[in-house]
Amino acid sequence: MTAATVSSELAANGRNIRPGRVITWTLLLIGGLIMVTPLLYMFSTSLKTAGQVYDLRLIPAAPTLDNYIRVVSDGRFLRWFLNSTFVALAVTVSNVFFDSLVGYTLAKFEFRGRYFVFLAILSTLMIPTEMLVIPWYLMSSQLGWIDSYWGIMFPGMMTAFGTFLMKQFFEGVPNDFLEAARVDGLNEFTIWWKIAMPMVTPAISALAIFTFLGNWTAFFWPLIVTTSRELYTLPVGLSSFAVEQSIQWEMIMTGAALATIPTLLVFLLLQRYIVRGVMLAGLKG
Amino acid sequence: MAKIELQGLVKEYGRTRVVHGIDLAIEDGEFVVFVGPSGCGKSTTLRMIAGLEDISGGTLIIGGEVVNQREPKQRNIAMVFQNYAIYPHMTVGQNIGFGLYTSKLPKAEKRKRIEETGKILGLEALLDRRPAALSGGQRQRVAIGRAMVRDPVAFLFDEPLSNLDAQLRGQMRIEIKRLHQRLGTTVVYVTHDQIEAMTMADRIVVMKDGHILQVGTPSDLYENPVDMFTARFIGSPSMNLLPGSMASGKLTVEGATWSGGTVSGTGEVRVGVRPHDLEVAETAGSGLSATGPVVAVEPLGAETLVHVEVGGETVIATAPGRVVPPIGSSVTVAAPTGSLHLFDVATEKALGRA
Repeated sequence: MTAATVSSELAANGRNIRPGRVITWTLLLIGGLIMVTPLLYMFSTSLKTAGQVYDLRLIPAAPTLDNYIRVVSDGRFLRWFLNSTFVALAVTVSNVFFDSLVGYTLAKFEFRGRYFVFLAILSTLMIPTEMLVIPWYLMSSQLGWIDSYWGIMFPGMMTAFGTFLMKQFFEGVPNDFLEAARVDGLNEFTIWWKIAMPMVTPAISALAIFTFLGNWTAFFWPLIVTTSRELYTLPVGLSSFAVEQSIQWEMIMTGAALATIPTLLVFLLLQRYIVRGVMLAGLKG
Repeated sequence: MAKIELQGLVKEYGRTRVVHGIDLAIEDGEFVVFVGPSGCGKSTTLRMIAGLEDISGGTLIIGGEVVNQREPKQRNIAMVFQNYAIYPHMTVGQNIGFGLYTSKLPKAEKRKRIEETGKILGLEALLDRRPAALSGGQRQRVAIGRAMVRDPVAFLFDEPLSNLDAQLRGQMRIEIKRLHQRLGTTVVYVTHDQIEAMTMADRIVVMKDGHILQVGTPSDLYENPVDMFTARFIGSPSMNLLPGSMASGKLTVEGATWSGGTVSGTGEVRVGVRPHDLEVAETAGSGLSATGPVVAVEPLGAETLVHVEVGGETVIATAPGRVVPPIGSSVTVAAPTGSLHLFDVATEKALGRA
């Protein structure tokens, strides 16, 4: 191929691709800005004093860390932060354990009604949370779970989505591995734990990340089920800044900025798993 | 070590019967190969012996005890799978040691056994590696190691060499055979490759459609196949089968001449002749001879396989390595008396030799 043909081909490619690319990049840029702007304003407002909040300049005239000091030194924030951490971690561990266990059973064991059970689990995905809140509340109140950690956590301890995701993944684990372990004398639980689980680590990480983030930011149910301030999770606690006295935007934004830190950390550290997880959820779902 | 007895063993999936009550006694220390085409029930039978499939009917006896209802782990057998089934998240040493997971041996003893097994299989330098860093042959050795380390009463192999390339397959065949000679443990080996069966087995079990067609030593099966299927399945290249008929002691073979004496029986037959018995000859001698055009040649070095059209059928004959007849030329092929196999057309059963 001569240099002339190469350059003419490149030019042809360039002509073919350029208009589409321009549109794509423009849309992505606009999308990116829409996503990032509130985040930037959140950080910016957290560095402003109460008087400067409605001064909409992105870079504060006199940036201050006072808000951060106030929020952190206020014992309530730390308590809510720990509550959220505990709830999100406990629900994540529970999800990984139970979703995997049920997903594995549905994927690898033949039993009567297996398909029906799977459909029943799957069908719960079609019921919106808003509809479930009342039965959850009634159940919690009858069982004495209102205003307790257990009450906050129980609806999310196992999810249909997680079960579905894990089932799809376990189906990809060749039976030979499990049978080899069976011949080697392992019991079914150990086979699941020692052999099958390590083979689906990408799915486990995806599930863990999604569950953690989802529970870290959960607002609606924790708000309903908790009454005492000590049990508030971070989002519920932050919202209480808005109803006390007047809306303290700078405090809300400072709290929100601090609350974003674990999310950002999770994202930065586990970025590749998240991207993979999104792809998996897309492909497998 | 143990004798394995299959008595009227049946496997049914719903209403479909896939193994039809087979009987077989595998002697202690014997190397038995199940061979047959895909779906013939050989793997299912192996899995029933392993305890991975429920037995629908009949009795399975290992070491003198009925084990129909026993879990795989209670049978003390070890199995090597087609795709090796070595765990990617464990090192070679951990994989081999996994066979001892439920064993109550002291740690030092386990370690010693793992090292010994690694040494026997030439894996001692690789014990800390992950399976991803191993070649296909090494992976298969790890799988065998995991089976060996437990000192089981029998080894079950389910098409263990199918995923290897031809050269490695040949090498591993010899290794498994030598290992068997060294350990003396009963081996049940499943393959669809008749060469593996012929080269490794003490006895071969030919299966088709869930039935055992024939059990015998490799030479038994090669020399005296009981039916057309076994005749064609055992031996490479496959046995040539030509249409023919018998009447008043005379054998007529379509497109060929028979001068080998009288035969008993009447009716239509299939005349089988192994390619290695059918040689490209200068002149027709006593026995079967035919002349026809060469349609293809496969020079293999030591010999040449010559495809010749005889009576409308293509037969494979052999010629010495340096003889490569040109395609289209006419050659005479001949097989000596006593090398022909006669089969009944209707039942496909062997009628005898001619």
